[in-house]
Amino acid sequence: MARFQPGTRTLDYFSPTTLDDAFERLSARNVDIVAGGTDFYPARPQGPLKSDLLDVTRIAGLSGITQTSDGWRIGAATRWSEIFRADLPAAFAGLQASAREVGSLQIQNAGTVAGNLCNASPAADGVPPLLTLDAEVEIGSARGIRTVALSNFITGVRKTDLQDDEMVTALLLPEPPAHARGAFEKLGSRRYLVISITMTAAVIGLDAEGRIDHARVAVGACSPVAQRLTALETDLIDKTLGEIEVTQAHLAPLSPIDDVRGSGEYRLDAVAEQCLRAIKQAGRENG
Amino acid sequence: MDKRVSETVTDFILNGDHVSATPVAGERLSETLRERLGARDVKIGCNAGDCGACTVLVDGDPVCACLMPAQQAAGRTVETLGGLAREDEITQRLSESFQNFGAAQCGICTPGMMTAAVALLRDADAPNEEQVQDALGGVLCRCTGYRRIIDAVVAAGQAEVPTQAEGHAGEGIRRLDGLGKVQGTEAFGDDVAPAGTLEVVVIRSPFPRAGFTFGDLDAFGETAGIEAVLTAADVPGRNVFGVIPAFMDQPVFAEEEARFRGEAVAAIVATPEFARDFDPTTFPVTWDERPAAQDVHAAMAPEAAQLHEGRENNVMCGGFVQCGNAKAAIAEADISVEGSFRSGFVEHGYIEPEAGFAEVVNGRVEIHACTQAPVMDLDSMEIILGLPRDQIRIIPTGVGGGFGSKLDISVQPYLALGALKTGKPVRICYSRTESMQSTTKRHPSEITLKIGATKEGKIKGFDFFGYFNTGAYASWGPTVANRVPVHASGPYKITDYRAESKGIHTNCPSSGAFRGFGVPQSAIAQESLFDELADKLGIDRLDFRINNALENHVPTVCGQVFEQGVGIKPCFEALRPAWNDERAAAEAFNASNDTLKRGVGVAGGWYGCGNTSLPNPSTIKSGIRADGTVVLHQGAMDIGQGANTVISQIFATALGIPVAQLEIIGADTDVTPDAGKTSASRQTYVSGSASRLSGEAMRAQILARVNASEEAALTIGNGQIKITDQGSEHVIDLSTLTADDEGYVLRAEETYDPPTKPLDENGQGIPYAQFGYAAHLVVVEVDTKLGTVKPLKFVAAHDVGKAINPMLVEGQVQGGIAQGLGMALMEEYLPGRTENLHDYLIPTIGDMPPVETHIIEEPDAHGPYGAKGLGEHVLIPTAPAILNAIKDASGVRLTQVPATPSRVRAAIKDKNNGN
Repeated sequence: MARFQPGTRTLDYFSPTTLDDAFERLSARNVDIVAGGTDFYPARPQGPLKSDLLDVTRIAGLSGITQTSDGWRIGAATRWSEIFRADLPAAFAGLQASAREVGSLQIQNAGTVAGNLCNASPAADGVPPLLTLDAEVEIGSARGIRTVALSNFITGVRKTDLQDDEMVTALLLPEPPAHARGAFEKLGSRRYLVISITMTAAVIGLDAEGRIDHARVAVGACSPVAQRLTALETDLIDKTLGEIEVTQAHLAPLSPIDDVRGSGEYRLDAVAEQCLRAIKQAGRENG
Repeated sequence: MDKRVSETVTDFILNGDHVSATPVAGERLSETLRERLGARDVKIGCNAGDCGACTVLVDGDPVCACLMPAQQAAGRTVETLGGLAREDEITQRLSESFQNFGAAQCGICTPGMMTAAVALLRDADAPNEEQVQDALGGVLCRCTGYRRIIDAVVAAGQAEVPTQAEGHAGEGIRRLDGLGKVQGTEAFGDDVAPAGTLEVVVIRSPFPRAGFTFGDLDAFGETAGIEAVLTAADVPGRNVFGVIPAFMDQPVFAEEEARFRGEAVAAIVATPEFARDFDPTTFPVTWDERPAAQDVHAAMAPEAAQLHEGRENNVMCGGFVQCGNAKAAIAEADISVEGSFRSGFVEHGYIEPEAGFAEVVNGRVEIHACTQAPVMDLDSMEIILGLPRDQIRIIPTGVGGGFGSKLDISVQPYLALGALKTGKPVRICYSRTESMQSTTKRHPSEITLKIGATKEGKIKGFDFFGYFNTGAYASWGPTVANRVPVHASGPYKITDYRAESKGIHTNCPSSGAFRGFGVPQSAIAQESLFDELADKLGIDRLDFRINNALENHVPTVCGQVFEQGVGIKPCFEALRPAWNDERAAAEAFNASNDTLKRGVGVAGGWYGCGNTSLPNPSTIKSGIRADGTVVLHQGAMDIGQGANTVISQIFATALGIPVAQLEIIGADTDVTPDAGKTSASRQTYVSGSASRLSGEAMRAQILARVNASEEAALTIGNGQIKITDQGSEHVIDLSTLTADDEGYVLRAEETYDPPTKPLDENGQGIPYAQFGYAAHLVVVEVDTKLGTVKPLKFVAAHDVGKAINPMLVEGQVQGGIAQGLGMALMEEYLPGRTENLHDYLIPTIGDMPPVETHIIEEPDAHGPYGAKGLGEHVLIPTAPAILNAIKDASGVRLTQVPATPSRVRAAIKDKNNGN
């Protein structure tokens, strides 16, 4: 005897294979999007499902990483393990390192890059490296396609710019400077399967004299939404790796809180060191 | 149009077979596999991707089945351990390797570990340690300490079955019950109930303290899908349970007021379909939140509400041991040190949540559940159900880890009440959050300690006081209160000693038994201050301990004198080579590193095996059938530690036959005598002694029948016993003997109870017949800028008297160290805040460094073949050794565990003027 009797529910599970079908479904009625399920299930309260489910993982063209005329396109349903296994420019090294830190291998094999953004956790490992790559979010609906800068897409804790009838279709990344390299630093209380206390991503390019000519630094888990440290980036230009410093002013965009993982004061202290390490690692990788 | 799959069949390939299922929207693949397709080898530990026990391979990739919508499996290939073990050659090699290395203890994480490892081994023939860690980082194990798992996966390519020989005492044979663990066939608490069984869902208080009133329960009970509603009014016997008769105080269902967040007030019995969609907040109950006291000082304050009648100021009880005059000795001492130390709640974190199944069979209620103490469960159920004892049967399932918490009843009364009220079989499985909220924890502690010493380095005066937050109900709190003063001295000679403990009730989950019963907390204070004393005296920290170590013929702080078996000094001596080498290596490392600093720490510990000054018997029964089958009724619960193997090895040794010849019948209150609880590191010692007596008694009656000498060799089988004695051979034809009701032609049932004596008002007496001893050394690396602490290596010396099974000894050592590491560095349960396994962190496979184990064998006067208990001893020295190593590395003394990066960095900044 089956534990669950079929046909006792009215809610539906849709698994479209084309974007247009998905858009139609999103317009037609209230549905929750599910992809890797790695945030959907842990966040689901006890009790009945409230909405139909729209599985976006079988939509043609929604997965995979492709090079475009002006950069890179990462399909919304691309899984983290596809990202770290892909052959990508050196500037993506921080993104690829972060992909290995999203939960565990099991999570990386299921969780999608767009899911990490749409979940909008302040501690999402994928966001800081994507910020350092100047990512834009491509959003689709029956009304059409639009793009928004990642820094404007996540608007707060668990909040995004996404409308009810919309879904993320891809991330668009401009071609990074060929000489730039990425790095990612994660701080947690254990080695695997850990929500970050703080994390920092950097993309650094050095000129022929070893002076920084391209700098992107972003920090997660120290503010409601991960932040690029633009003042720091500006100050890094023309410095050698030996000259860099991270001041409290550079960290002004951050507003870390006290929680079970650490105090706000600790986070601010640790992240300054993490920035130095990420910048130096990315810089050193330049050779 | 898009594919609408809600009412269509999901087809996929499961373990090589085409299967079809019709999951509902939102159903997890793990549910579909377990409940619709019978794949109970897929274990569910958290339903949140935090533990990885449910790992399956989808198109070859490991994923958590609990996070995958079942419909996503359509058209794919799904492999689980059960299928892999039957068909897959890599898995079969890995199964052998897992058994050879003792990589499966309780076995609940094993399906996840092995499937993740199979995915790795398909890609990499000979993975290294780091690859194994990366591949298995998503699966939590609470028993093994991971090192044996790493070894087993690395060695999977060259696995050879070791010869098992006779399997007698001293041989590191494979577990006798290992095969079911590595093939996923062992049935744990949630694996027994048939699919479709009615489910019990418990309604729990959302507040630490709240009054409550029910709405119209009769009307609610009429809801389609609900079979019964249970409250205190449905308890036919007494609505109370507890493990210590004098302190029994916990209701099955709270009445009028809930005393902690997560306390049960009611339950429903419902169809699986109803239970799946049931939102407990829709249950008709109105809460009246009341001021709650959640720490010991708030609970002792005059304005605090009293939790239990007769326990003034919320003091449950205390413990006290005194000899000499501690205060006077400290005043006369050349130097003294003092400190205050704190620890928080620690969650047991077994990967198997409490679960079980019950049914009424021929008018009797039969309860199948995971437990450490089947006969104590029976005792409790007799009181709660108000039924004659012989109308209740406890049949333990496999136990996916316990560590003390599964000594107390949890799901048992809800199962029994549900089955009796509905007359139908029922099942229950706690969610991870329920398990964490409602079951016992390690006691938070607040300890003050002052120790004096002479300038020659002899301890002179030891004055200890500890508050223990015992939570809402007593559970094992009185045991903790009693044990701590007996053990707080550590294994040292201290003539002027005073130790007092107090257990305080709060509106928190009950603190109960957890590996060490309060001693790991007191050891942090004592071993930390020993380092401070040694440093102040300018004496080597290891020498200081050796100089003060307890010895044979020297009284303990309870006035107990052992004539043999005090093995702490050899434990410390075993650490000396590593102590010298590792300190030199750390010094060299630190000379060339500014940010990363290494340090070495040592600590010792001891632990008395069995109940404190109370009767604590075990009975082991054996029988021989007419066909020559030798049957051992082995009632000592194996919760992963290896009792099934160790107790059998002892019996086989005593009887004189190979262990492989035994047929083992496990715990079951109908057929197996009481071997006591799996607690207090007593099974190897106490049940092992009973097992030895049973084997010896069986052997004696066989030899007596043919008048053979003690040296005779036995061969049992094919309906006869052959006795070879000094060249002559005797044969007993078993078919000529009369079989008893159980079919035994020969039987031997023996009981052992450790010789102890009560403690007087100063705690003087004989609390335990034996102690085991331990000393740990750890090397840590502290990142002084981030405050992170990385243990790099452990050296552990354990006096076990006699290692009945050295492989299982090492397994206990490594697993205990992992728990001690967790307590030291990351674990703190905060009610309402860390009620899951992503906010409450336990060590992963990447956090456990190699462990070098030294087995010391100072025979005990009483234990079987000299054996002593081990389970709890292991994590006692771990946390203080780590704290001492942090001090050695960074110069900061952490007095609060866990030493999180945030706390370590704050201490370093404090010491270095903000840098």
